[in-house]
Amino acid sequence: MATDSGRAPTASEYIQHHLQNLTWGRHPDGHWGIAHGAEEAANMGFWAIHLDSMFWSILLGSLFCFLFWRAARKASTRVPTGFQNVCESLVEFVDDTVKDSFNGKSALVGPLALTIAVWIFLMNLMDLIPVDFLPEALLRWGGIEYQRVVPTTDVNVTMGMSLSVFALMIFYSIKVKGGKGFLAELTMQPFSSDNKVVQIILMPINFFLEIVALVSKPLSLGLRLFGNLYAGELIFILIALLPFYLQWTLSLPWAIFHILVIVLQAFIFMMLTVVYLNMAHEHH
Amino acid sequence: MNINLTLIGQAISFAMFVAFCMKFVWPPLIGALRERQAMIADGLAAAEKSVQAQEEAQAEAQQLIADAKTQAAEIVSQAQRRQNEIVDEAKQLAVTESDRIRTSAQAEIDQEVVNARETLRTQVSSVAVAGAEKILKREVDANSHAAVLDELIAKI
Repeated sequence: MATDSGRAPTASEYIQHHLQNLTWGRHPDGHWGIAHGAEEAANMGFWAIHLDSMFWSILLGSLFCFLFWRAARKASTRVPTGFQNVCESLVEFVDDTVKDSFNGKSALVGPLALTIAVWIFLMNLMDLIPVDFLPEALLRWGGIEYQRVVPTTDVNVTMGMSLSVFALMIFYSIKVKGGKGFLAELTMQPFSSDNKVVQIILMPINFFLEIVALVSKPLSLGLRLFGNLYAGELIFILIALLPFYLQWTLSLPWAIFHILVIVLQAFIFMMLTVVYLNMAHEHH
Repeated sequence: MNINLTLIGQAISFAMFVAFCMKFVWPPLIGALRERQAMIADGLAAAEKSVQAQEEAQAEAQQLIADAKTQAAEIVSQAQRRQNEIVDEAKQLAVTESDRIRTSAQAEIDQEVVNARETLRTQVSSVAVAGAEKILKREVDANSHAAVLDELIAKI
């Protein structure tokens, strides 16, 4: 990669450049545009969007939809072949997982879990593309300054998904238990007493504990995925600082290990989503 | 690490993809899977049933073979009995026949004896005549002396 002045970047510049999203947003002076550099992007505050994260995330989500839609169109009771087989195995696996962990009946949980598993897997998979390939190609031939190709290393992406799951959790909690039941769940446990006065005193304590437990779910869900992939990407970037003839000695073992992380994190996100939604459906 | 609109953008695309999956991906795939599962279960049940039917048929065949064997043994023993009967009958018949033959032979022999005696008698008379002729050394008129001779013969 090259800097504006044409000199080779220092290690720290290289790393920072790789961790900078292509941000489009409102500059402090009011006009909208691409941010040049980390500082400009930070100054945009909330009113900015990471074009690279959104592009890759939507591209991979569409890829998932297309592949599975094609498989679904061809689905029949006859012997499945090729990619059809892969899709069916995945659907069956997700269906089994949902059956094991989700006690209620819901038309949403199965498709939701499948989307999460495959989409996150595809997004994580981008991590295995050598870190410089796409950013360098886009810089040379597209003139695009910044590019992060792994959407799940963007905390906005992972939190966007985990907060959606959180919204579903709240929605189903209220739908299944009613507003009152949900509030009771937040205030009447873990400490309860038969004495009314004691119960009222215990309520704020319960509420605090339950809110912490509730909020920690989406936070841990989103940050776990982000942290794992961010760390993985960072290590790939660090390995990329080595001379090119030595990189494979570290990047190959790390990539092989990372395959595990990629699959595992997608599975964990899916599994926890199902478990959390099951908890939202259950009466305590 | 800036929290920004990407968060909401991702949430929206997430919702859209889930909705797409819920509408166009999940139902047909899971439907086909369930249907195939049912089909396989039916097939297995049918196979089991046919195995059972085969076993039943085999048992039936075994039964038939056993029946046939007993029947055959019965027939053989019956035939044996009949054979014995026939042999006995034949023996009986042979005994009767031999008795009959012996009786008839006896009768014939008796007849022969009578005949021989008759012949002997006749010949003795001629011998007596010839002897008398020789003794008398002359021709005796057989006709004129027939009465004498007959009387002689009757005395023998």
